[in-house]
Amino acid sequence: MSDTKKLVEIKHLQQYFPAGGRGKNRRFVQAVDDVSFFINKGETLGLVGESGCGKTTVGRTLLRLYEPTDGKIIYDGETIFDKEEKIAVNMLPYRRKMQMVFQDPYASLDPRMTIGDIVGEPIDIHNLASSKQERRGRIISLLEKVGLNSEHANRYPHEFSGGQRQRVGIARALAVDPEFIVCDEPVSALDVSIQAQVVNMFEDLQSDLGLTYLFIAHDLSVVKHISNRIGVMYLGKLVELADSRELISHSMHPYTKSLISAIPEADPKAARASHRITLQGDVPSPLNPPSGCRFRTRCPYATEKCAQESPSLKEVSAGHWAACHLL
Amino acid sequence: MSEKLLEIKDERLSFFTPAGEVKALNGVTLSMDEGEVLGIVGESGSGKSVTAYSVMGLTAYPGRLIGGTIRFNGHQIDTMTEKEFRKIRGNEVSIIFQDPMTSLNPVYSIGNQIEESILLHTDKTKAEAKERSKELLELVGINEPEKRLKQYPHELSGGMRQRVMIAIALACEPKLLIADEPTTALDVTIQAQILELMQELRKKLGMSIIMITHDLGVVASMCEKIAVMYAGHIVEYGTADEIFYSPKHEYTKGLIKSIPKLNAEEKERLVPIEGQPVDLLNPPAGCPFAPRCASCMKICLREMPPKTELSDTHYSHCWLLQKEEFEKGGAEE
Repeated sequence: MSDTKKLVEIKHLQQYFPAGGRGKNRRFVQAVDDVSFFINKGETLGLVGESGCGKTTVGRTLLRLYEPTDGKIIYDGETIFDKEEKIAVNMLPYRRKMQMVFQDPYASLDPRMTIGDIVGEPIDIHNLASSKQERRGRIISLLEKVGLNSEHANRYPHEFSGGQRQRVGIARALAVDPEFIVCDEPVSALDVSIQAQVVNMFEDLQSDLGLTYLFIAHDLSVVKHISNRIGVMYLGKLVELADSRELISHSMHPYTKSLISAIPEADPKAARASHRITLQGDVPSPLNPPSGCRFRTRCPYATEKCAQESPSLKEVSAGHWAACHLL
Repeated sequence: MSEKLLEIKDERLSFFTPAGEVKALNGVTLSMDEGEVLGIVGESGSGKSVTAYSVMGLTAYPGRLIGGTIRFNGHQIDTMTEKEFRKIRGNEVSIIFQDPMTSLNPVYSIGNQIEESILLHTDKTKAEAKERSKELLELVGINEPEKRLKQYPHELSGGMRQRVMIAIALACEPKLLIADEPTTALDVTIQAQILELMQELRKKLGMSIIMITHDLGVVASMCEKIAVMYAGHIVEYGTADEIFYSPKHEYTKGLIKSIPKLNAEEKERLVPIEGQPVDLLNPPAGCPFAPRCASCMKICLREMPPKTELSDTHYSHCWLLQKEEFEKGGAEE
């Protein structure tokens, strides 16, 4: 992949949140631990995992909405954060290039602002319009881009359905002409029939505007549909990363395998025939993750070694990375 | 076949809100045999929960039944008083809710909450109730039940809490269990555990289940019969195979086409259903799906389509099917 350019790269990213205690007893939620990946220009990288696995934290830390506790973030060849070298650049110019769409379209729009002002706020912050007229023109063209119209600009969020609100959230992210968007579960709060509309819109915008996405979701079928490559996370660690079709058809990590088999298929005959690998137990707490491989407490193949050593991400076949001692 | 376990006929139910009458159910007809698993699918606001809740009399003010009859297990539900409801709730029909985080009381221990429903509905003594709670926790696959009985909801994970909810629901061995999006708030691997448990319990106890969900995957793996709801109407009803392999209503077809397939080899574009869900305050005249339907005809905007029987178990409400049938009939003559 030498001809494609890496747009975003994170190296050994770590994010610990303090969770009380003093001195020696200080405890941390180990939300993200030693995660490295890169995203090529124009590509969609999907990130899946169960709740609490740190996928949202990765997305937010990558935008430096949280200050990482360790690691390195490189955007378009420039280091924007490096703990070791003590680099932490001013993010304002980068906010024009990196944007985010949030999960909950009900909570992420200010109920007291009109749609026009919500979409216009980034334009104001970055001084992108020289006159009121230009600002309005921009807002309307943004609303039209996401399938709304100029009439909607004067209304308030409560007048819209979930799908329409998510469109407003997307228009707001697009207001600064970004190159890279972190989509944090953008469709999981929507009804199935609306989900497909929004997923299609993400794809259209990507091909029209040449966007790069980090698409975070827990629904593997949606992620598989939209992504070029998929990363699977478990309890703060990246356990597998591969081309999306490869990941579904030739998953290597036992967690990915069970995740895929746990998805109920919308096909009664396949559901009757399929043999599910049901994982026992619950996800351990990230406050006190198991030693060695974090998946070992639920893994049917766990051995002695798994408890002692944490497996590192290895390239199993070309472009297919997995972190498991068995491979 | 003797009497059905549940028989709903032309149920109409509205919520009288300050903004006007919200017509939640517009003539729902449904029946269920004993031991059957029925899935009700639909979008938010389609009336799937309201249909099931009305069997338990849980659609209180501002909701009001304005027409139709409901018979359940020999009871005439639609004329029941609150006092009579209390006798069947938890006893003959019980419910598990979507969110296990909010449906348990945080200030009572797990044991307390399970025993409560046993003490209310049976003449067991406190000691017997405790014994029964332990059995129930074992039944739903919680280990160390003795210890768990003393714990409080916040000490348990989401999956565990949902198991406790199921234990409470099963306390009096109901004939019908209503599961309202029981796994929506859970992760996929935990969802798989809970679905497996429900199937196991059903085999063991022989109860009927109404599974309310928007996830077509869940109904495909759990249910024998499926009712697809849209804007307070059952637009299509049939066995799982009929609904998934030969859907007849345009909405069902759209729904199935709009979900991405995990095993699809080639990347296909999703086919969404265009438009927005209906506003139940002013539902359109005629077929409620007509404004979003790609093959909408003039008559669809005027009149609600009648029922078209496609097989003994499969029916749908769509004018296109009526038209087909008419043309077929014409050709035969």
